Amino acid sequence: MSSEHGRFGIHGGQYIPETLMNAVIELEEAYNHYRQDPDFQRELTQLLNDYAGRPSRLYYAEKMTRDLGGAKIYLKREDLNHTGAHKINNVLGQALLAKKMGKTRLIAETGAGQHGVATATAAALLDMEAVIFMGEEDTRRQALNVYRMRLLGAQVVPVTTGTATLKDAVNECMREWTKRIDDTHYCLGSVMGPHPFPTIVRDFQAVISREIRAQILEKEGRLPDVVMACVGGGSNAIGSFYAFLNDPGVRLIGCEAAGRGIDTLETAATVNVGRVGIFHGMKSYFCQDEFGQIAPVYSISAGLDYPGVGPEHAHLHDIGRAEYVPVTDDEAVNAFEYLSRTEGIIPAIESAHAVAHAMKLAPGMGKDQILVVTLSGRGDKDVAAIARYRGEDLHE
Amino acid sequence: MSNIAKAFDHGKAFIPFFTCGDPDLETTKACVRAAVENGASLVELGIPFSDPMAEGPVIQAASLRALEGGVTTDKIFQMVRELRRDVHVPMVFMTYANVVFSYGAERFISTCHDIGIDGLILPDVPYEEKGEFLDVCHKYGVDLVSLVAPTSEGRIAKIAKDAEGFIYIVSSLGVTGTRTEIATDLTGIVSAIRENTSIPCAVGFGISTPEQARRMAELSDGAIVGSAIVKIIGVHGKDAAPEVAAYVRSMTDALRGL
Repeated sequence: MSSEHGRFGIHGGQYIPETLMNAVIELEEAYNHYRQDPDFQRELTQLLNDYAGRPSRLYYAEKMTRDLGGAKIYLKREDLNHTGAHKINNVLGQALLAKKMGKTRLIAETGAGQHGVATATAAALLDMEAVIFMGEEDTRRQALNVYRMRLLGAQVVPVTTGTATLKDAVNECMREWTKRIDDTHYCLGSVMGPHPFPTIVRDFQAVISREIRAQILEKEGRLPDVVMACVGGGSNAIGSFYAFLNDPGVRLIGCEAAGRGIDTLETAATVNVGRVGIFHGMKSYFCQDEFGQIAPVYSISAGLDYPGVGPEHAHLHDIGRAEYVPVTDDEAVNAFEYLSRTEGIIPAIESAHAVAHAMKLAPGMGKDQILVVTLSGRGDKDVAAIARYRGEDLHE
Repeated sequence: MSNIAKAFDHGKAFIPFFTCGDPDLETTKACVRAAVENGASLVELGIPFSDPMAEGPVIQAASLRALEGGVTTDKIFQMVRELRRDVHVPMVFMTYANVVFSYGAERFISTCHDIGIDGLILPDVPYEEKGEFLDVCHKYGVDLVSLVAPTSEGRIAKIAKDAEGFIYIVSSLGVTGTRTEIATDLTGIVSAIRENTSIPCAVGFGISTPEQARRMAELSDGAIVGSAIVKIIGVHGKDAAPEVAAYVRSMTDALRGL
């Protein structure tokens, strides 16, 4: 649903330095070619299935359903993918595309480290070089993932500028790309940035909702009443929503990281507290001050700790097709523990934001209603941080 | 003819850049005056942005210092009003799209007109996206300056045809910052520009020495220097104006007679 130059309503666009314009135009042309190339699609499907482990399961969470006493809850298990999150769907697509374009080097930003790990993985598999930019603050929060990326052969560059988190890692990637374009593809990790990235990443993540649709039709013979997912930049959410956009009966809910609450300054709930702005190549909602300076944001989750949101989400919000709700650190940590104990599934703290909202919503829904929650990733990486949140001094 | 063109009327133009408010606006004013007294033909005033995507470490750090010091768009407008009492060379703002968009393009650009700002450089607004700013710029007679990069190639013709004020040629790949060598074939870029427009073009990114400035100005109509000046101000702080004066003098001397 993007138009020329990647507009989603008023959002999107290509707000980048002239130096990068031919690079994104070349990328768009290559993408438009390969998306229709049966050989490319076959190769990608084979990688997704045989290497990443797709299709991911749609699991009926019976105990959670019974415990909450309302809607039937299904979990879309992106946490079971190779590398432990939905990020691999997009990375395999982009890495394969970059390789076809003759690029030999991938650069990527990462917050929680999941996209960095996925990029390092794809680079190892496809014999490419990988350089991952990660906020220094995040390299501390996610030390295990830093080592994991190095183990996979990637170089990890800690970013010390600005707030030393995800937005600064994106800044550094953009800067690095302007330095070295010929052999380098910027493997952007979410549905953000300049056109064509929001469209490319959405298309590669849309496999999630295509599968949910087929799986729920097979299990229940009808579409779900609600589909929900966590939203930082919004790639697992748009992936979960996309195949349902034209089904008005399916309510779509994105769960934003409210941090310590949307009435505080320590929040990352962009749609709830942000204003329209232009940043990181796109027009969308951003957390910013009255003069347009991008605000430092906060969430316990490094993957949702981002002051913007993808332009298609901004548009879905504007037209009322999707709702965006805030979920606090406390609620997410409770959900993290709840799902671990109830279903024996440790979700990523990012995904726990969606679980938390499901816990609020499900009891008020009818027993004949169906709620699908996308578990975007697994929570092994978060165990030490959650222990610390609970006052236990646990070292990885 | 726009005011900006006048900056190129008397030989090659030397164009200094200042990050407004680093370390404070009084120092910025003193440095701008020092530069103009020593032959600067056009002044670029940077409105700091929290996340300056096109800047290297020097201007990033200066932007951060300025913002931490409490500078805002409104305070910079006030500084320009004060400067305009005695500074008569053209002045342009360089900032990022969100600073203008968030303030309201109409409100921002009409204020530019009122306070005597002649042009606007937005490094994250390429040809494809300039429409929403251009219409307002035309309404208030403020030139929206276009950039051409080493990677622009086939895009140069359309950019140059629609360009106004002057064309900012980005000398090298990457971000702003001093470089020991500028390897780009600028002759080819300049002739592609000249085939499509008669407005002046100046080269920026990476220039720090008088020799580099002279070489760039030989190839084009002027040289733009940012990081080297911002670095001097970073070192000398509130006492930077005499240092800036001496530096600008060395640069304008190097361009004389070209």
